[in-house]
Amino acid sequence: MVDRINDIWGEGTPHPRGTVWPARVDLHLEEGVAEADVERWVQSACLLCSNGCGCDIAVKDGRMVGVRGRAGDTVNHGRLGPKGLYGSTPWASSSDRLTRPLVRRDGQLVETDWETAMGRIVEVSKGLLAEKGPLSHGFYTSGQLFLEEYYTLAVIGKAGLGTPHMDGNTRLCTATSAAAFKESFGADGQPGSYTDIEHCDAIFLFGHNMPETQTVLWARILDRTRGEDPPRIVCVDPRHTLVAAEAERTGGIHLAPRVGTNLALMNGLTRELFTHGWVHTEWVEEHAIGVDDLRDTVAPYTPEEVERICGVPAADLRQAARIFGESEAVLSTVLQGFYQSHQATAASVAVNNLHLLRGQIGRPGCGVLQMNGQPTAQNNRECGADGDLPGFRNWDNPTHVQQLADLWKVDAMTIPHWAPPTHAMQIMSYAETGSIGFLWISATNPAVSMPESARIRKILAGEQCFVVVQDLFLTETAELADVVLPAAGWGEKTGCFTNVNRTVHLSEQAVEPPDEARSDLDIFLAYADAMKFTNIEGDPLIGWRTSEEAFDAWREATRGRPIDYTGLSYDKLRGPSGIPWPVNDEHPDGTDRLYADGRFPSDTDECETYGHDLLTGGAVTETEHRAMAPAGRAFLKGAAYTPPHEEPSEDYPLRYTTGRTVYQFHTRTKTGRARSLDQAAPDAWVELSPTDAAGLGISEGDWVRVESPRGAIEVRARVGTVMAGAVFAPFHYGHWDPHDLAPDAEHRLANELTMTVWDPVSKQPYFKTAACRVTKTRDGDGPSPAPTTAASAPAAPQTAEAPASPPGGATSSEVLADTPHYALDPSSRRT
Amino acid sequence: MPHLSTYVGLADRSEQILAESFRAVGLGHARAVDVFHTCNLLAEMCDRHRRQLAPIAERYGEDDIEEPERLHADGLAQARDGEIGLLRDLQDLHVLATLVQTTWTVIAQGAQGLRDAELLDVATTANEETSRQLTWLNTRMKVAAPQALIVAP
Repeated sequence: MVDRINDIWGEGTPHPRGTVWPARVDLHLEEGVAEADVERWVQSACLLCSNGCGCDIAVKDGRMVGVRGRAGDTVNHGRLGPKGLYGSTPWASSSDRLTRPLVRRDGQLVETDWETAMGRIVEVSKGLLAEKGPLSHGFYTSGQLFLEEYYTLAVIGKAGLGTPHMDGNTRLCTATSAAAFKESFGADGQPGSYTDIEHCDAIFLFGHNMPETQTVLWARILDRTRGEDPPRIVCVDPRHTLVAAEAERTGGIHLAPRVGTNLALMNGLTRELFTHGWVHTEWVEEHAIGVDDLRDTVAPYTPEEVERICGVPAADLRQAARIFGESEAVLSTVLQGFYQSHQATAASVAVNNLHLLRGQIGRPGCGVLQMNGQPTAQNNRECGADGDLPGFRNWDNPTHVQQLADLWKVDAMTIPHWAPPTHAMQIMSYAETGSIGFLWISATNPAVSMPESARIRKILAGEQCFVVVQDLFLTETAELADVVLPAAGWGEKTGCFTNVNRTVHLSEQAVEPPDEARSDLDIFLAYADAMKFTNIEGDPLIGWRTSEEAFDAWREATRGRPIDYTGLSYDKLRGPSGIPWPVNDEHPDGTDRLYADGRFPSDTDECETYGHDLLTGGAVTETEHRAMAPAGRAFLKGAAYTPPHEEPSEDYPLRYTTGRTVYQFHTRTKTGRARSLDQAAPDAWVELSPTDAAGLGISEGDWVRVESPRGAIEVRARVGTVMAGAVFAPFHYGHWDPHDLAPDAEHRLANELTMTVWDPVSKQPYFKTAACRVTKTRDGDGPSPAPTTAASAPAAPQTAEAPASPPGGATSSEVLADTPHYALDPSSRRT
Repeated sequence: MPHLSTYVGLADRSEQILAESFRAVGLGHARAVDVFHTCNLLAEMCDRHRRQLAPIAERYGEDDIEEPERLHADGLAQARDGEIGLLRDLQDLHVLATLVQTTWTVIAQGAQGLRDAELLDVATTANEETSRQLTWLNTRMKVAAPQALIVAP
């Protein structure tokens, strides 16, 4: 029986380069349930990070009681991580589920029936439409709904109402990934595949603490670095994470740039490729444009200049560039350390540039994985509930807009396409002034997750905007709403979702939702019915009632686009699980890796955007784009480094950065209700370097006040592995507490300190570039509640008294003697 | 070359006015944080153009700036209020930036005629960056317009 709290990645299965990743089936059942007691196993995929591991849900007595990894799934080969194992099911039978709608009466939320709740929503909605038109409506969704739900909402918003104000919390986690793809390749779509891990000889992780954010993917990498002919790891991160340790172990290198200086570092790496002749000139000539401008842009970033800006030793930068320049197959991954930091899009595009310059894209081992933070974030981008047009269509291209108008049988003028979609922070600004007077929030908790929390709470609580929240629980956000709708969650409804590397999974309904809770799809359909949205023929705009019908409608919307689902159906998804798009006549079983032919969706008539100035966000026009004659070539784009918007000062001398722990997801709505996970990371903390802690007279476990110009938290200190000058705070903790015991519940919300500022291209808010000061308020009475594993481990040895986390519940893990066959895996051979 | 030196002076003055106006608009609409930060970034571009021009201006002499007074546009000392105010301020900045750009175009022509490579280089670079400023202004106006025109309180 394995304790997966303290053994996060489980038993290793090291194997040589170019061979298939062995299968290992992980299983967890709630206490008192044996495998023989399980009545049914229901096909699904894990919803607790963006990796997208295939799993089956165990059902007993009409309840979800555990999960088991699917050995034949292309993503995880049977494995599951601690969050998936322990956190997937306990929330569903939690006693504080929302089971009836609530409406606000005399300042209080009171229970009501669906008819009353929906009646109130429709009354306000219709009133505002009559008075101010569709621009008075905004929708803020999630990275955790199913694609059928996103698509249905997208059609309601774009063709029913006609509002450009739709976005999701995907703006906070994955917008930069999408933006970087669009700028470099012309359209969204992950070029690489997880199977690149088996074939590469170097892996670069840019701002990506993979051991905690995608544990199963990290296990896959460990199985290479601990096997024969391992790749070298290069880590770019201000914290000394386990990635950094693995970099040192494999003969790679750890670069720790000052927070906010990623682009200067990337420009330095790019310059080194040019200087040392590591650019694959013939390939670039044929497959990319912009190389001369890029060379000019990066010219000033000598290793010494990079050292001055980033604090990274010039020799280390040279070594990292050499590894990139001399490896034959590099895999790069990018996450929030880049996406939520200064000059996010430009820095992430720079990663794409390195691969284009080396001609290392589109073949096994040479991948870019611009990651996502959430399990269904990709679908929000694909289906357009984040404001984009469905199917990676270009809002600035009248032909693309007309395609949708024809599909939906509406006037193209209805579809908002006169400007880019309104991003989340702008939606909140409009809601702040009442310019948006109707805001519908689904499956997300902005009162905790958005920057500058005090401002967000004020906006949601104010009278100027009517707020609808649909969720599983009465979250910090739902508490502020005018109407609260009880939603069915994962396992209580059927639908599909797509992970980081384009892999589509079907998640079937395993149990009934509690009491009156309804699926998000049913809620959106009920709104559409009540609003009587019709097409130009007078028929109902939304012609589907079930999730399968919604999927089929979505499939039609992808026809002829780079994201082609036309070969997929629920039946096909019930076969060997995990099928990456495009799936069509040409690729009936899916596609492991894009751009194998070096041809990109960059043509003016095909692309999803004409692109932007990475420095300002100024949009390229169609005429300018056409003049560049991309003809299927990728774009090499660069930008100069500019200092972050808030630099340390005398008053606020430290750099404040936020992030995750391996044991929690988001605002803990699910993971906080799983005992094993809750015990492992029960309360907030901040991490300080030993140097800064000593200077401030702070010891492990002391109570400290961390303050920025916008707000403050008071939590306990972990003297840890963060670089000197930086302070790290986990972003999971709002005032909700599963046991109402946290001594700091009212002052532990990391986003009280962050800034309202966002990237000029992706519009992703910057959570990692604020200045702060730290003062000790009183002695602690023991170590901080931070986990002692992974990047939160105490700095050895002076604070080693911090005890290990309490063990998690029992799990089992079985390495299969015969590895199943994975149809698209280049190293999988039929036995 | 009295008229070229006049235009060199005009470039310097109009870049200065544009920079000041970017800063005034940025500060006045600081609640729109992207406007605040981008305006400051674009103002720094103007500052840089002036620094690059300075040694050349010294060469040509900047004494004769009487005549182009009529060409000078007034800067924006203060931003207007609200979403409509932002829209109008961005339009004003666009007008000012257009004057800057045409000034650089004229100077580049003169520099060609004189085979003054240094001046040509400055005028070309500045012209390209002014295009970036104009592009951003256009983009931001398109974003702001529908809400400001139809719904804003």
